[in-house]
Amino acid sequence: MTKFNFELTKEIELLRLVTVGSVDDGKSTLIGRLLIDTKGAFEDQLMAVRKKKGTTHVSSAADIDLAMLTDGLSAEREQGITIDVAYRYFATPKRKFIMADCPGHEQYTRNMVTGSSTANAAIILVDARHGVLPQTKRHTHILGLLGMPHLVVAINKMDLVDHDQATFERIKADMEAYCAKQGIKDLICIPMSALTGDMVTIRGDKMDWYEGDTLLETLESMSVLDDLDEKPFRMPVQLVNRPQTADLPDYRGFMGTIASGTVKVGDSLMVVPSGKTSTVKEIVTFDGNLEEAFAPQSITITLNDDIDISRGDMLVHEGQYIEARKSLTANMCWIGDEPLETRKKYIIKHASSELKVMVDSIDYRTDIHTLNHEPADSLAMNDIGQVTFKLQQPLSFDAYADNRSTGSFIVIDSFTNNTVGAGMIV
Amino acid sequence: MSQHKLTQLKALEAESIHIIREVVAQFRNPVMLYSVGKDSSVLVHLARKAFYPAPLPFSLLHVDTGFKFKEMYEFRDAFCEEIGADLIVRKNDDAIAKGMNPKEFGVARCCGALKTSGLLAALEEAGYDAAFGGARRDEERSRAKERVFSMRDEFGQWDPKNQRPELWSLYNGRIHDGESVRVFPISNWTEMDIWSYIRDEGIPIVPLYFAKERPMIERGNMLIPYYEENKNQLLEGEKPKMIMSRFRTLGCSPCTGAVRSDATNMDEIVIEAAAARRSERETRIIDHGSNSMEDKKKEGYF
Repeated sequence: MTKFNFELTKEIELLRLVTVGSVDDGKSTLIGRLLIDTKGAFEDQLMAVRKKKGTTHVSSAADIDLAMLTDGLSAEREQGITIDVAYRYFATPKRKFIMADCPGHEQYTRNMVTGSSTANAAIILVDARHGVLPQTKRHTHILGLLGMPHLVVAINKMDLVDHDQATFERIKADMEAYCAKQGIKDLICIPMSALTGDMVTIRGDKMDWYEGDTLLETLESMSVLDDLDEKPFRMPVQLVNRPQTADLPDYRGFMGTIASGTVKVGDSLMVVPSGKTSTVKEIVTFDGNLEEAFAPQSITITLNDDIDISRGDMLVHEGQYIEARKSLTANMCWIGDEPLETRKKYIIKHASSELKVMVDSIDYRTDIHTLNHEPADSLAMNDIGQVTFKLQQPLSFDAYADNRSTGSFIVIDSFTNNTVGAGMIV
Repeated sequence: MSQHKLTQLKALEAESIHIIREVVAQFRNPVMLYSVGKDSSVLVHLARKAFYPAPLPFSLLHVDTGFKFKEMYEFRDAFCEEIGADLIVRKNDDAIAKGMNPKEFGVARCCGALKTSGLLAALEEAGYDAAFGGARRDEERSRAKERVFSMRDEFGQWDPKNQRPELWSLYNGRIHDGESVRVFPISNWTEMDIWSYIRDEGIPIVPLYFAKERPMIERGNMLIPYYEENKNQLLEGEKPKMIMSRFRTLGCSPCTGAVRSDATNMDEIVIEAAAARRSERETRIIDHGSNSMEDKKKEGYF
């Protein structure tokens, strides 16, 4: 039996990834390669999707129909299309990965935005034969808009260009130039062949000219949470815990997930938007009270003063008050069937608040091909643009660039109840 | 690197607690489905953490087929009593009275009647608008595509082609009258995570998960537990044998197989899970067949 280190499973961190690119770029092959080489797919699951029914052993990505593994729904397999985001899981002794696998063709904006919204890193596939295509640029633009902390460009199919270093360097220079325009700084380009596995999980001997890490090594070593704990403390209140039991007749705990920053017992806190203040009495968890808590822990806070706090309020450090405003401007990715239009009313969900809003103006729509801003009176599905909303009541929020949790919101159609838009506050 | 970092299990735990609290905040009448298995044990543990020091703000609902292992019933009653949970047990009494069983009626029909119909009736009876389940996305390929908040129409059916996008950690729980939502707080956990967490947290689980010499019937690749009081389980030529074995997953006794194993404690189970080359669902008869899980979910199975 494999020797197994218990302590490792206790220490490993989580990295959420998103993979974008079309089927032609070899995305399925790359995902299959990662799943097989890290043993993230079980033998019976692989055997069920093998190409040749007689095969009794599956060892390489070439032996299986990878689309069958990723396309989980019968409609997808019947029609040969991928409907939406699927989540894959794999782990190495260093890290566990949750990978959102986004189909590259139909409705890519909607799928990409969904899959990328929770990711800390994106893998964007480029076919070495074709270089940076308009679609690559669109994907990169959206990732820039979503503030993706890390971007890995997988320059794939190097085996089909004779593992030529000059080809790699040319694509890398193109990507770097484009990313600089998008304000994306953390960019790593890796030459690879998902089919043979070279530079994905093994170095191979064909690209000795490349001195960087393999894809898997890169994913294992990049920073996970960035500076989330160094940002100002934000905790949207989800619920107020009032057990009202014989033991705890007057207990009032404020429950929430820390969106950013840290909090300590004794800290002076302010409630937004009311502006009331108190100090932290206890940080309560099932495993015992804490002296200090940090993002993204889910905790319960009790305060030394009896002040009015309810769901939708946010706890911040005193002196870091965020002004509540009745208007907000955001980059919108529209994902609803019905277009967004000026004067239309919607519901938005921001942190733990839900409120009515009205579209005040569509400031512009971004032409996804040229990235030019153009005037528009509506945003159709998969359109991206900047929109200003009027809010029914004042809301405290951050800019998305400063805080992904308190700077993002979803738009809900109040008639269908569907989620129709993703907003990133500017 | 900052001092403030969570291990991946603690990050998953924080995410699950956030989801569980969100449901209690957004819904009028939630309930937690409790199947007595290991995933249910983890789910209940997370719910206790979410609301501590208050008791669970919802009941546990066990949709019982009457075919569970007797060790599961013993564990269920003792566990719920110990943690002070309000346990509701519901059965499809009509189907049970008609003698529904997988051997005569087939596995699909039996599951449909005892699990799916039983569940839908129990949910409708009490008017639950949200039901937590312990399904994970790594279990099965149609589950890999399901949302954390999974909308169901008034018939409890899932429409996989028309799911709400889920962005950031913003869960849209708005529903129309008659609709409901199934919520899967441990969507992002893998089997390995479940076992590691049970070990790290000391969560109680049904003793059948630990290896022991047990009377078993060997049928094809399957190991089927043998019970003295149920001799008619045996097919012609079969004889029970004492085999060192355990269960990776627990369902109904006629349809759940055991695996050969020497893992008698949590450390050994984690080692075994890490080395496993075949998925746990393989020991569940209901999943075999081309789209069985997806079809059942469309009809309202959890």
